[in-house]
Amino acid sequence: MELSRSMALFRRTKALENEIDEFLDKLSESALVFRQAIELYLTDGPGAGFDEKLRQVNALESRADQLRRDIETQLYAQTLIPESRGDVLGLLENLDSILNLLEGTLWGFSIETPDIPEEFVKDYSGLTEMAVLSVEAIVMASRAFFRDHETVGDHMYKVMFYEKEADKVSTKLKRAIFGQADLHLSQKMHLKSFTEHIDNVADKAEDVADRLSIYAIKRSI
Amino acid sequence: MDIAVLIFLTSGLFLGWSLGANDAANVFGTAVGTRMIRFTTAAAICGIFVILGAVISGAGAAHTLGRLGSVNALAGSFMAAFSAGLAVYVMTKFGLPVSTTQAIVGAIIGWSLFSETLTDTNAMTKILATWVVSPLLAAVIAILLFKLVTRVLRISKLHILRTDAYTRLGLVFAGAFGAYSLGANNIGNVMGVFISSSPFTDFSIAGLVNFSSVQQLFLLGGLAIAVGVMTYSKRVMLTVGGGLMPLSPVAAWVVVMAHSIVLFLFASQGLERILASYGLPTIPLVPVSSSQAVIGAVLGIGLLKGGRGLRTRVLGVIGAGWVLTPIIAGVVCLVGLFVMQNVFNQQVYRPVAYQISQPVIDRLAAAGMAPGAISGLEGKRFASAVRFKRALDAKEGLGPEDKARLITYAELDEMTVDAVRIGLVETGWLTIGQTRALRRLLGRTYPRKWMLAEALIGESAGWKPLADSKVNKAYNKELRGKLDFLYRTFRTAR
Repeated sequence: MELSRSMALFRRTKALENEIDEFLDKLSESALVFRQAIELYLTDGPGAGFDEKLRQVNALESRADQLRRDIETQLYAQTLIPESRGDVLGLLENLDSILNLLEGTLWGFSIETPDIPEEFVKDYSGLTEMAVLSVEAIVMASRAFFRDHETVGDHMYKVMFYEKEADKVSTKLKRAIFGQADLHLSQKMHLKSFTEHIDNVADKAEDVADRLSIYAIKRSI
Repeated sequence: MDIAVLIFLTSGLFLGWSLGANDAANVFGTAVGTRMIRFTTAAAICGIFVILGAVISGAGAAHTLGRLGSVNALAGSFMAAFSAGLAVYVMTKFGLPVSTTQAIVGAIIGWSLFSETLTDTNAMTKILATWVVSPLLAAVIAILLFKLVTRVLRISKLHILRTDAYTRLGLVFAGAFGAYSLGANNIGNVMGVFISSSPFTDFSIAGLVNFSSVQQLFLLGGLAIAVGVMTYSKRVMLTVGGGLMPLSPVAAWVVVMAHSIVLFLFASQGLERILASYGLPTIPLVPVSSSQAVIGAVLGIGLLKGGRGLRTRVLGVIGAGWVLTPIIAGVVCLVGLFVMQNVFNQQVYRPVAYQISQPVIDRLAAAGMAPGAISGLEGKRFASAVRFKRALDAKEGLGPEDKARLITYAELDEMTVDAVRIGLVETGWLTIGQTRALRRLLGRTYPRKWMLAEALIGESAGWKPLADSKVNKAYNKELRGKLDFLYRTFRTAR
């Protein structure tokens, strides 16, 4: 009886491992689509191409939500990893909030259609790149947490690095925006808010990284 | 069936219950404490395997009594089992893991003091040694095992869910195995003394499965242990599994394994025999206690992690519990025996007298003792071992070996090999040669144990102990067990 229960436990474990992997895939994919969407917006402005990317991120976000809920329920219903399930729960919810930020930023572009002057396009593109790289690094760190917690640190410092780079670009960008004499203050404020939207993604990735390093230490002792 | 036997049986059941309540924590405490296995699941697995161990493996060693066998009257066994059970119960109430064996030894020391039987100094040193040896060994093994396991986990890069599932499975298996050995090893203590007065009769199911009266008795004892596990073991489990220091599931598994390895390596006569038979050096068999081994293993992991998170207060309380357990059992037993004897008018011990008569003198002379050494003691009768020992101590020129020999040979213990009781000796246990030798002695009476033993040796070489060596140790021990059984069976005074 106990043996068959254990066999069932192994099957469920495998399924759950796959779900966690899929959740991380969705997050990583969302970041990549996010970059494409912003690039499209910066080159072509709002349009069908951008809307398509937004729709993709939406779909990814709802699938990820569904996965997260399912994983959490199973962890608690089957009392799996009793001593780290709180940490896993916290990690998944924080990763999910990164996804929400990505989606929210794209909705912002779609609804508010900010008018981005040509001279800022390069910096917006650079900022987006740093934010996306920080998300990819945190996804790698999270995968390491589940399989090989010793190497979590190797990915962690990348998250920190990209976040700092993103901060530098965003500060530079904001200075440039407010230094522009021929822009109306309202447009400056508008552009600043989008700079911050994108920068927030990298900030959030760093927050998750901080938590993750604590979780990893907890597991190593 | 004697109603008194049933009443006396209750104390064995009580001891079984408290043993279950306390010792189940050794095998499942860390698993439950880390929430890897639910308490109800753990209690169910533990209960089932304790009963299986008691009935299947316990009955095999049924003839060699538990420690309580040295108590020679049923009312005395009742009190000793009761006081040991009480001591363990009190400790369980405070959630402290203690050694049941030590409680029993404490109770027996109480009985020995009361009945003026010589206290086995070995038992005393054994108790003291276990306090140090068991935790130390377990700590060392736990540290090594933990390092090994973490290295393996690092290399194999298992998903944490998978690690978790394997750990859980490991805990279930280790726990089930531990519960089985718990039942097999301790049932002798719980029910051993009642074998000769078992109220059950043998029966077989469809002629296939034979269910002996001993097995039925042990099933009852196993049930008592299982009930103890289910009703009262949770607190001790939580102390072991988290009260001392928070453990990770992998560490929980390491603790259970370290405990089992210590018990296996340092308490296994089987291993000693295997090593000796291949001419390999044997591991010295030191007394180990499973409760103390578990605490040692937890401590080992605690120290490996730098000693942080170890709750020293809990550790102090556990240590105090170890010291108190045998003392409580001994004192309760002493007082209880006094009450039993003087208020309830029960015979709590059968007095054993000593006398150096002519055959004893002849036998000692044959063993090489100078005849003058015991002059003045010949023919005198001593009412108890303590008094006899005192008289020997007053004599000069007697070495400790001489004294031990005198005590063995001078003991008066009449036994008659009668037809009724010979039927109680199961044929399967003794060899054919041994049984034949015994049957040839039918109708004879022997005033002393050694006389029966030598008469048996005279009839068959199967009763002769082998030369003293590590390989032969187990054989000789079994032979002694068989002789003890015969002494108990054929004793004239009941």
